[in-house]
Amino acid sequence: MADETTTPPAPDAPSPKPAPAVKAVSKPAAAAAKAASGNDAKLAGRTTTAAARPKKSTAPDDTSPLMGRRSWMGLAWGAFTAASAGCLAATGRFMFPNVLNEPPQQIVVGFPDEYGDGVDERFKDQNGIWVVRTENDYAHETSGFYALFSVCTHLGCTPNWLSAENKFKCPCHGSGFRPTGINFEGPAPRPLERTRIVLAEDGQILVDKSRKFQEELGGWVDPESFLPI
Amino acid sequence: MPDTKTLEPKAPALIRAWDWITETQIWTSIFRHTAPINDRNRVLVMLSNVFLHMHPVRLRKSGVRLRYTWCMGGISFFLFLVLTFTGLLLMFYYRPTLEYAYSDIVGLREHVPLGIMREMHRWGAHAMVITVWLHMFRVFMTGSYKPPREFNWNVGVIMLVLTLLLSFTGYLLPWDQLAIWAITVGSNMARATPFLGHEGPGASMMALGDVQLVHIADDARFALLGGTIVGEGALLRFYVLHCVGLPLVIGFLMAIHFWRVRKDGGISGPL
Repeated sequence: MADETTTPPAPDAPSPKPAPAVKAVSKPAAAAAKAASGNDAKLAGRTTTAAARPKKSTAPDDTSPLMGRRSWMGLAWGAFTAASAGCLAATGRFMFPNVLNEPPQQIVVGFPDEYGDGVDERFKDQNGIWVVRTENDYAHETSGFYALFSVCTHLGCTPNWLSAENKFKCPCHGSGFRPTGINFEGPAPRPLERTRIVLAEDGQILVDKSRKFQEELGGWVDPESFLPI
Repeated sequence: MPDTKTLEPKAPALIRAWDWITETQIWTSIFRHTAPINDRNRVLVMLSNVFLHMHPVRLRKSGVRLRYTWCMGGISFFLFLVLTFTGLLLMFYYRPTLEYAYSDIVGLREHVPLGIMREMHRWGAHAMVITVWLHMFRVFMTGSYKPPREFNWNVGVIMLVLTLLLSFTGYLLPWDQLAIWAITVGSNMARATPFLGHEGPGASMMALGDVQLVHIADDARFALLGGTIVGEGALLRFYVLHCVGLPLVIGFLMAIHFWRVRKDGGISGPL
């Protein structure tokens, strides 16, 4: 590219230009000679005529002041490749929407004094959590609130709250959890997970599902995993 | 052997790496022949590659003359590929139900990056209807419907109808007022189907004694709409036809069409 843009302004120095032109002519001529001596005479005839023509017609093309035929092809293929890559990237981006119609990660669940002791099931269907008020928490040993993910730690089914038996029971494989979330029967290997739970500015309880606390990792002693009242 | 090798100058590392790669079983199983530098290899490469074998090894000069073919068949096929690809992407977001259909179409413009994807599908569809007609016009004007190409002409006519049906079924999917009433009007034509439409000629003859066999809830229009009005059933039926049924049929016919073009003497030349 750089060579070709610099050569045209110097008309007295034509040496770099004609050299490739001569090469370009000589190549097909050699190919034609080879083909003529080869076995397919049909093609050879065509190639010789094609080779004969360039002697007159390609020379003006190759001395175009902008760029040679070869570099134009390079530019065209480069542009085509770049455009294709751009389309591919844009298509990949298409798979990641800017708006999600999903339940929010942060849920305001009401004022603390609206709750009695025990498990509240109102937010299970929409948000996948249970809000629990307890007199004496397993981890914090005081009264207050915690929120449990309604996802069984065995294979991810949604357990049911059985108030008569005071336990969460998973319908898939029979895992059982105490109201605290501790597993005590069935195949579940670890307790249910708790979410972040804090008081919002207006005094309502805010459950933040974007953070989870796991008992076996010591997460339940975290002050934000429990809301003392 | 080793002694003679040491005498030769070693090729550069890149060349040797290239040689090694091109000698692996994986490489040789994909690229069966060397570069198409002579007639024999050109034939071998073309015939052993599923994508290339659709092209002729040789073609008449007139076959690439734009003024003769207008490239309308090729452009129609290209548009079909564009529509298949963009349509596939739209299916990731569009749900064919009364609750979501319209809002998903709006979401495809507002909530999804590259909001022109749906427009590309739409404009591509308009363009394909036009290019298919122009292709037919060109084939007619050049007399390319004459034997031995009369079979392919008929395949083409069926594909023209399928193109229009694809356009028609896609028309309903945005589920806006224009779509619903256009399909209401369009499908009302099926009421007048002879014998099979409940308002069509001969429908009243389709009776066993006092029992009418063809009525509004079992005629041709009902089969099309999956109901007596353009409702949920129609949306789902049109969606399935648009995305799966009709493309399958037209794809099958395209394979036959291209095959027959080759077998009936290639792209037809000037008379």
